[in-house]
Amino acid sequence: MIRTEVFFIYLLVMAGVTYLIRMLPLVLCRKKIENRFIRSFLYYIPYAVLSAMTIPAIFYSTGYLLSAVLGLACAVILSLFEKKLLTVAIGACGTVFVVEYIMSIIG
Amino acid sequence: MSSQKLYLRGLKDGFPICLGYLSVSFAFGIFAVGEGLSIWQTILVSVANVTSAGQLAGVPIIVGGLPLIEMVLTQFVINLRYSLMSVSLSQKMSPRVKLLQRLAIAFGITDEIFAVAISQKEEVETPYMMGLITAPFWGWTIGTALGALAGDILPEIVVSALGLALYAMFVAIVIPPCKKNHSVALCCLLSIALSSAFYYVPVLSDLSAGIAIIICALVSGLLFALIAPIPDEEKKDNSGSGTDGAGKAVAT
Repeated sequence: MIRTEVFFIYLLVMAGVTYLIRMLPLVLCRKKIENRFIRSFLYYIPYAVLSAMTIPAIFYSTGYLLSAVLGLACAVILSLFEKKLLTVAIGACGTVFVVEYIMSIIG
Repeated sequence: MSSQKLYLRGLKDGFPICLGYLSVSFAFGIFAVGEGLSIWQTILVSVANVTSAGQLAGVPIIVGGLPLIEMVLTQFVINLRYSLMSVSLSQKMSPRVKLLQRLAIAFGITDEIFAVAISQKEEVETPYMMGLITAPFWGWTIGTALGALAGDILPEIVVSALGLALYAMFVAIVIPPCKKNHSVALCCLLSIALSSAFYYVPVLSDLSAGIAIIICALVSGLLFALIAPIPDEEKKDNSGSGTDGAGKAVAT
């Protein structure tokens, strides 16, 4: 087991870097940005980040590829109908649960 | 809307994030104890960082006693995406959010909290952000503690189903704007194509997931900002004939 003082030094460095990365832009950018290009960039960025984080990682987030694909399909369909976040999350997780339950019975 | 109502709305919006975090942090708890951290150390790592990828990469560095500079670089690269999110979020925050409040909110910026905050129709206020951060923070902490304490109490099928929760939420955030604006949809498709390339193509897949996401987002975001810039706000159109920003200051 790591010595307590050593652990705290690592923890401090780890948490410090993580916090500064989050904090500095939030505190330094206090004015509304007027530049159209930068505003457009900031408009697209969240969706680009989330898309890249979701695919392909979602395919490997459950026990089986099949349940993940069907869970994703369920999430996409519910989102197209603009359901609430919680509804989409529960629907998609429920799909994974049911699919894997059926698979466990069959297989 | 009153502060209390805003807080409660944030709390409600944060609930699905909390559910997703419970499962992800549960997995982290099992992992960190397995690596050799004590239960308390594992919980402290989650409380102090509140970030999945950074923590997963950080624990082996602590346990292995690797140089501190490695910790700095790893956390910097993996978490650099938060600075992009913070810049975006800074534009979304009401001018009423003061410095100290910003310092507090900054602690709770995660992919999911950012995503929900940015998808709000109006500017976000401090009570809303505080509410939004509360449930996920506790979900993250409690999930970690449960995972660290009792690795295998949840049936595998439940852990598996919960594993999809966060991604399902991302889908729910991204799809509606894609429906309304085809440039957003194309931007997302490009980002997905790039991230798939970084995942499946040899050599490219050697890159860490953190850097890959930054590259995907930067390339797609910059390209679409160039070819499909968003229209100027109406307020600015009204003062468009002026040569300086004087009119805008009055308008806000």
